[in-house]
Amino acid sequence: MATEAVAVSRTTAQRGVAAGVGDPIFRALTFAFALLVLLILGGVIISLVDGALPALRQFGFGFFVGTAWNPVTEHFGALAPIYGTLVTSAIAMLIGIPVAFGIALFITELSPVWLKRPLATMIELLAAIPSIIYGIWGLFVLAPFVQEYIEPPLINTMGNVPGIGLLFAGPPLGIGVLTAGFILAVMVLPFISSVMRDVFETVPAVLKESTYALGATTTEVAWGVVLPFTRIGVFGGILLGLGRALGETMAVTFVIGNSNHIQASILQPGTTISASLANEFTEAVGDLYLSSLIALGLILFMITFIVLAIAKLMLIELQRRAGG
Amino acid sequence: MELYARRRLVNIIVMTLSMAATAFGLVFLFLVLWTLLINGIGAISPALFAQNTPPPGSAGGLLNAIVGSLMMTAIATVIGTPTGILAGTFLAEYARGSWFGEVVRFVNDILLSAPSIIIGLFVYAVMVVRMGHFSAWAGAVALAIIVIPVVVRTTEDMLRLVPGALREAAVALGAPKWKMIVMVAYRAAMQGMLTGVLLAVARISGETAPLLFTALNNQFWSTDLNAPMANLPVVIFQFAMSPYADWQTLAWGGALLITAAILLLNISARMLAAWSSFRP
Repeated sequence: MATEAVAVSRTTAQRGVAAGVGDPIFRALTFAFALLVLLILGGVIISLVDGALPALRQFGFGFFVGTAWNPVTEHFGALAPIYGTLVTSAIAMLIGIPVAFGIALFITELSPVWLKRPLATMIELLAAIPSIIYGIWGLFVLAPFVQEYIEPPLINTMGNVPGIGLLFAGPPLGIGVLTAGFILAVMVLPFISSVMRDVFETVPAVLKESTYALGATTTEVAWGVVLPFTRIGVFGGILLGLGRALGETMAVTFVIGNSNHIQASILQPGTTISASLANEFTEAVGDLYLSSLIALGLILFMITFIVLAIAKLMLIELQRRAGG
Repeated sequence: MELYARRRLVNIIVMTLSMAATAFGLVFLFLVLWTLLINGIGAISPALFAQNTPPPGSAGGLLNAIVGSLMMTAIATVIGTPTGILAGTFLAEYARGSWFGEVVRFVNDILLSAPSIIIGLFVYAVMVVRMGHFSAWAGAVALAIIVIPVVVRTTEDMLRLVPGALREAAVALGAPKWKMIVMVAYRAAMQGMLTGVLLAVARISGETAPLLFTALNNQFWSTDLNAPMANLPVVIFQFAMSPYADWQTLAWGGALLITAAILLLNISARMLAAWSSFRP
């Protein structure tokens, strides 16, 4: 009897000890992996800075504003890829934002209920298609189409306008900054429109209904109630899409033409930071060349980091306001 | 009355435009899929799955690239999934309201949207330069780094949806917290977490940019993880950009394969999520 009681109490004690040890161990384990997420980002930053240092030491500030990109004389400046990255993303945003807004408006305000889910799913599938598929499609289908049907009318009409005409100068090549920007627009659509859709649905029905009751049209409700109510979220979604557009690699590499010159015309070939990396990195000979490419990567990372951080902060702010 | 007519007209125009925008998005989805089907279906043959990538001008298939992609995706998933689940568990279970949790969540979201080519550069610097050569290991690690933030995010979201009553019931029975998480919370959130893993696998199956600097490519059959390895995305890139018609046909075939696989993964992930007991 006595020994049995001792045995029982011992197992309870052991169990107690096991529970006491199990919890801190599991907590420490999960903590370690959460820390790993931070370490990855830290590692990315350190390795980029470390790799970029030789080029930045050699060229100094001139690296950011130089237009030379000559592997033979080992003179490198990042302005052409930076310019290309910004211009293609700007074109993508110019086309993508209104279209994404239209899609979000249609799904939240106009579409019959049974159609909402399938529509939203199909638009989101646009984000599932990998970048390289957009690239191969852009090269073989979109670029010839643009060359044949879009660019000649643009050159013949806009090209003759003084000033703006410079943007549409030159022969129709199909491959170039405009085509790259257009593909990017299609690629960022699902990201922007799904954020817009989510925030549009947070607008209290009472607000919308009372505006409708005053006789407002759907357009007036969208413009006067939905947009003002959700502007932070909408802006956050746009920045999220911009972050995607800035760093998009393969699709752009296929259709931009990879020319390291800044040209005013958006119909001419150009390059972006990511396209330069994809094209030249594995063939780069010489430490300075490689370091210059990594410095390009560092610049891209800094730009996207800032854009994504602002987007994230805005969406957090929105959640906090909603009391989520 | 005139004002009313104008407002109605504006409304009709805006609504038409919004419908046109939706049609625009859908048209592109179907155009891309249709082109893939038309151009890719001709390349799908037994040889595609039985022969290795050919030199230009001769017949061949994509066997080595398919196997390489499968191997690297599998390794990346095996590395990335437990890492992501444990980190996500920390965020959901141990870090609610703590500043450290906020920081990790923020950084994870940045990693989630960071350009994948940057991840490629990072792994190049950390692994390829150190090892002195491109390798399948480096490719798998780069892909794993892309898997982690996706899994962290879905794990955290899904664990947060597990009702408090379930947790309290487990704790009231005397289960320590870790046991409650592993035996109760994980089971309740299982479908959602699995959805996240499927979406992550779908995402890395088509990733090209990070593989360019890590696994590179290999013309020949190789299962050596310590050497460059063929993979579908990079082969598609190389073959599509080439001037050879037979290479381009193979590229279309590969593109169709990848897209079909990814859409299948995506749709099953969505069905799994819809079937899950807790709707996100």
